Amino acid sequence: MIRVSSRTDPSRGTAAGVTVSSLLAGILLASLLFAALGVNPAQALARIFSGSFGSVYGLGETVTKAIPLMLIGAGLAVALRGKLWNIGAEGQLLAGAVCATAVALRLKDSLPAPLMIPLLFAAGAAGGALCGALSGWLKTRWNVNEVISTLMLNYILAELVQFLVYGPWKGTTQFGFPYTDNFAVSATLPCLGPTRIHWPTLLAALLACAASAFLLFRTRFGFETRACGGNPEAARYAGLAPDRTAVLLMAFSGALAGMAGVGEVAGIHKHLSYPWAISSGYGYTAILAAWIAAAHPLLVIPSSLLLGGILVGGDAIQTSMGLPGSAISVFNGILLLAMAGGEFFLRYRVSMPLFKVRRLSKKAAC
Amino acid sequence: MPAVFESIELKGVCKSFGPVSANRDIDLGIRAGEVLALLGTNGAGKTTLVNMLYGLYSPDAGEILVNGRLVEMRSPKDALALGIGMVHQHFMLVSKHTAAENVALGLDGTRFWRPEAHAAQRMAEFSDRYGLRVDPGKPVWQLSAGEQQRLEIVKALLKGAELLILDEPTSVLTDQEAEELFAIVRRMASEGKAIILITHKLEEALAVSSAVAVMREGRLVGRMSSKDTDRGALAGLMTGESAILEASRSAASLGALVVEARGLTVMGDMGLPAVNGLSFQVRAGELFGIAGVSGNGQKELAQALTGLRPITAGQLMLSGESAAGLSVSRLRSMGVRHIPEERIRYGIVPGMSVSENAVLTRQGAPLLSLLDRAEAAGFARSLIAEYGIKTSSEDVPASRMSGGNIQKLILGREIEGRPSLIVAAHPTYGLDIAAAELVRDRLLRKRSEGCAVVLISEDLEEVLRLSDRVAVMFSGRFMAVMDNRGLERRRLMLLMAGSKA
Repeated sequence: MIRVSSRTDPSRGTAAGVTVSSLLAGILLASLLFAALGVNPAQALARIFSGSFGSVYGLGETVTKAIPLMLIGAGLAVALRGKLWNIGAEGQLLAGAVCATAVALRLKDSLPAPLMIPLLFAAGAAGGALCGALSGWLKTRWNVNEVISTLMLNYILAELVQFLVYGPWKGTTQFGFPYTDNFAVSATLPCLGPTRIHWPTLLAALLACAASAFLLFRTRFGFETRACGGNPEAARYAGLAPDRTAVLLMAFSGALAGMAGVGEVAGIHKHLSYPWAISSGYGYTAILAAWIAAAHPLLVIPSSLLLGGILVGGDAIQTSMGLPGSAISVFNGILLLAMAGGEFFLRYRVSMPLFKVRRLSKKAAC
Repeated sequence: MPAVFESIELKGVCKSFGPVSANRDIDLGIRAGEVLALLGTNGAGKTTLVNMLYGLYSPDAGEILVNGRLVEMRSPKDALALGIGMVHQHFMLVSKHTAAENVALGLDGTRFWRPEAHAAQRMAEFSDRYGLRVDPGKPVWQLSAGEQQRLEIVKALLKGAELLILDEPTSVLTDQEAEELFAIVRRMASEGKAIILITHKLEEALAVSSAVAVMREGRLVGRMSSKDTDRGALAGLMTGESAILEASRSAASLGALVVEARGLTVMGDMGLPAVNGLSFQVRAGELFGIAGVSGNGQKELAQALTGLRPITAGQLMLSGESAAGLSVSRLRSMGVRHIPEERIRYGIVPGMSVSENAVLTRQGAPLLSLLDRAEAAGFARSLIAEYGIKTSSEDVPASRMSGGNIQKLILGREIEGRPSLIVAAHPTYGLDIAAAELVRDRLLRKRSEGCAVVLISEDLEEVLRLSDRVAVMFSGRFMAVMDNRGLERRRLMLLMAGSKA
């Protein structure tokens, strides 16, 4: 017989063990998927990880994709500590991209790069923050669930981007493609050597992870966040302001997502284009990054690299093994399910007493 | 089930959890027709002991005999088959189902169609025989705590319980309901059932039991006939001291007006007035006791006084300033402190550390200011030392502490500094006598230091011992506000039941 008993707050070791086992279980389940698609799972996994970590080019691509995941994941981790599910990072990323594009198109090359680039990030952060704060406000003012409002805003922002690139912002030098004109050189981000790693954003991402951890564990704001997330009723009783905290958290995670959007337009594409080209689902994948990191902003760095690798590896198996591109989305979905399922083992202890020998001695020493 | 239940006996029973020895070498027996009160402070091992009798734990060593025959219980199912039933402190009922449906749920041999009809029929037997009145058609959420408890007892009896274990049965009951329960217990005993009553209330142990067993630190330190002992002796056995400190009240020295309510009206969750036009005053240096059955507006009153619930009509002045519309944070900065009911739900963040919970209610730090973790840890350590809080360290999550220790932490945190008003709701609920006395002593001490204290309690004994003035709350109003001189328990009980006579 299997016996399930609840356990109180698991130790760090248990938590880490459960996380790693869940990841492995997810990868195992995904292998079944590959097998079902008629591909040798071991080969597919090997191809995924050699494609992403096995070469300088692959590694560069992995880091490139990890940049937005880190930025967004750090903010989502903080919001998760406040029990807020921000599903809208995708839209907030686009809002950041739109704001940065507006600045870049308007100012052209009138400012030198050292002024222009911080300005772009500020504009992007403001756009993302506004977008997040809107959902936070709707939640506190009208009790609109943030999962719904952020998810809906994703569609609105995607449509807005399409409207802009097909309409008023359509570039004159892009041969009729629905792109804006390219940014001036002073408004684009420098990359490391031959890679696409736009290092100012990488730096911002690493700083964001560190700053988020500091904010969460060392400042009053983090204290109130953890209190409101841990027990909202106690937070209200203690005189904290859960509503204000919720709006600020949504704005904060939105700002980081907005900065990720700046990195994509100013670092990778140099212009605004289709929404799915700008983001390719980073806002959703970052939820997974925050979750794998157990909502610890510093652990978001390795989890983002892992997921970045899986994204790059997905491209590799798509081209070399003829698998559909959606296979890697399913792979990620399976990982998220496995992680969510692993949560159960953090809360409950499962044992099989059948294997334990029961002994009932008479008057043993006690 | 044995043909006739005669006795159950524990011989040399031991149980430990890791390094902690919860029960050591327990020898204890009970026979049919006996009511055994099992006394002990929090953590003395009472619950572990009865959990072994109920098959939830199995002993590390020793044996359990029913009618003189060695038995082994692996689950509550085994215990029930031997005629052992238990009513937990927290009821195990499905709140949206009716009483009869709850009974039908666990009953063998219920029909597939309309099982509740069959169950209702069988409930009727017990209602007449023992006075266990429960309306079978009412959903559980509409039943009072007393009715829910009777329902739990009916459930256990229908499953064939001959020995009934009641875990802290009166903690959720009013005095009136407790009296009814005792009558039921006596009737069951006279019909040959055996009852084990876990409690830490000495009076009720003496009032209802035929025998008393006292546990301390996992050992059985005494078993005697209830006739041959008294309050003092039992308290001594429980705490291991010859006499326990009883908080005592000195004469009040009244200061300025702290609370002044005029026609105070506050809405309950259902949108109906829960506090209905109350007018009262509390002065500095005064302890104002509000007695009453829970659910008569005390919770809403406490929330209004502390800023958690808006004031719908009337006036509330705190230290001469209108408190209507002020935030919790603002009121706390003015010196208003709150020991909430349902301490785990309102009082702490379980996942945060003991030291973070110790500073949870501090106000006024800017959002981007740094946490002074060393100072918080120092403060937590001082509370741990002063209030005898049991925790392995101040860094562990608060959820690892027991309810009593959480309450001590909340008390210490709330009364530190110079509060002007303390609103304490059921502050000793569920605490053992030593811890309860500590809480009472500290509240009285704050009163002597010139703080106004509003004590909301269902425990009449406590209200009468601590209060300078006593109000009895019923249905959102005060039935009477009286100086605490020569007040009789009986009179208060009548007032609590809404009777002016």
